[in-house]
Amino acid sequence: MTGPRLGRAPAVLLVPAVVGVALLVVPLATLVLATPWRTLPEHLGSQVVREALAITALSSLLTVVACVLLGTPLAWLLARVDFRGRRVVRALVLVPLVLPPVVAGVALVTALGRSGLVGQHLPFTLPYTTSGVVVAHTFVSLPFYVLAVEGALRTHGASYDVVAATLGADRWTAFRRVTLPLALPGVLAGSALAWARSLGEFGATITFAGNYPGTTQTMPSLIYVALNSDPTVARTLSLILLVLSVGVLVLLRERWAVGR
Amino acid sequence: MIHVGVDLPGRVSADVSAAAGEVLVVIGPNGAGKSTLLRAIAGLEPGRVRVGDEDWTDRAVPRRRVGYVFQDQSLFPHLSALDNVAFGPRARGLGRREADATARAWLERFGIADLAGRRPRELSGGQAQRVAIARALATDPDVLLLDEPFTGLDVSAQMALRNELGKHLRDFTGVTLLVTHDAIDAVTLADRVLVLDEGRVAQVGPPAEVAAEPRTPHVARLVGLNLVPDGDELIAFTPDAVTVSLTEPEGSSRLRWRGPVATLAPHGDAVRLLVHASPDLLADLTPAAAAELGLAPGRDVWLSAKATAVSRYGARA
Repeated sequence: MTGPRLGRAPAVLLVPAVVGVALLVVPLATLVLATPWRTLPEHLGSQVVREALAITALSSLLTVVACVLLGTPLAWLLARVDFRGRRVVRALVLVPLVLPPVVAGVALVTALGRSGLVGQHLPFTLPYTTSGVVVAHTFVSLPFYVLAVEGALRTHGASYDVVAATLGADRWTAFRRVTLPLALPGVLAGSALAWARSLGEFGATITFAGNYPGTTQTMPSLIYVALNSDPTVARTLSLILLVLSVGVLVLLRERWAVGR
Repeated sequence: MIHVGVDLPGRVSADVSAAAGEVLVVIGPNGAGKSTLLRAIAGLEPGRVRVGDEDWTDRAVPRRRVGYVFQDQSLFPHLSALDNVAFGPRARGLGRREADATARAWLERFGIADLAGRRPRELSGGQAQRVAIARALATDPDVLLLDEPFTGLDVSAQMALRNELGKHLRDFTGVTLLVTHDAIDAVTLADRVLVLDEGRVAQVGPPAEVAAEPRTPHVARLVGLNLVPDGDELIAFTPDAVTVSLTEPEGSSRLRWRGPVATLAPHGDAVRLLVHASPDLLADLTPAAAAELGLAPGRDVWLSAKATAVSRYGARA
């Protein structure tokens, strides 16, 4: 589509824009180019890689489940119930969005570590276990999920809830049969976001759960270790994460890339 | 018998009673509190509500036995027509099979059983409104609330739906309140008309009475009458009872007014003038007379009416 002829784009805008694109694209392009495609199956087959893949798959899936189970009610509460301190709760829920992941890890250790404030009373151990990985991932992913679902809940407003109530539905019935089905696109988008965030999570995981092959070593943690010992493996694994991330972007493109 | 008392300071202060089986058509200008009255009955606004011998005042919305047809078409977009109608019966405790059977029977009564599987976006305005009314009636409510149910439909769809609704309302044993802007709804559907004005009940009565002796300018305009306050009384007269002249009319009649012509437009065989007198008045005259007087917007005219051509009645019932 060509707009009206307002003249050429000025260099003062064009040059920085091109540099910006280069900065974003060149590293990813070289990553793709540097991938040893011939030995890829061999790298993927090694035990340490397979374990990291399995843990990443498992923990990211469980993270999504945890986000749906905890985040959906939380988003509903924030979108639909007018309680005292709602703004404060929403602000607190969103803190992990801007928190450095390593700080999240330290906070988790302080609270849930073996001698942590809460952790010392727990009948089970979280740090350095796969469950710990899921807890760390949920901590950083939940805000993304809650934001997406709360937004979806607000787009329809409460008008259909009101209709459901006049038809005799209590709030739980209205939630199950009206509110949630209408917010389903938001639930899917939020799940994809939470999953993507979980896939790449590194800082909080390594701080809270460590980096033990077979229990807590996820793909990003393995990449970090491998970059020193075997850069080819690191690049191969990175490529896999790149493909998965782009996949999420494609999944969400109708919601965001097009810019609603 | 229902009794509703709504008292929202600054908005609505109205007491309304209606008998079982009665259709009450609520009219009044925008902001008169018509929708607020319905919302109060449904429990969406505070207000004292008594239905039969039950006090609904502190009852939560889902536990009030109302059927509500909202102004904007509010069918659940993700449910089929059948599931929309079955929603109420299911929410009120019926099993899926029974609720579906109830819903299907209602769609059949409205002649749209063949649309049962369609989503709301696949329905025309008239079809969607039939589903909405069927959904409101499917829970067998004590009170049926209809907020401008014909708005947004084209004229032929309005006529068809109005007739059909009238048929169903005759069978309905509960109380119906229908909010409208259209005088024809009052004439065709109402047992009684309730006129709201600035949050208060200005007039209640059978449609013929309200149409003949309107108490508010809004209703007078709806039925096409001129309404002039005169002390404790109101004077109502038709536009064709008005004589238009360029000079002050002879005689001793007090029924004379002066003002500039605001608009003139064809009205049936006649030309209808709107004159900015105090208050605004309508006058009908023949096209020939209008041409002879050289009438145009802005032109000052005298209006008069014969005392025998007006009806005079108390301003308060």
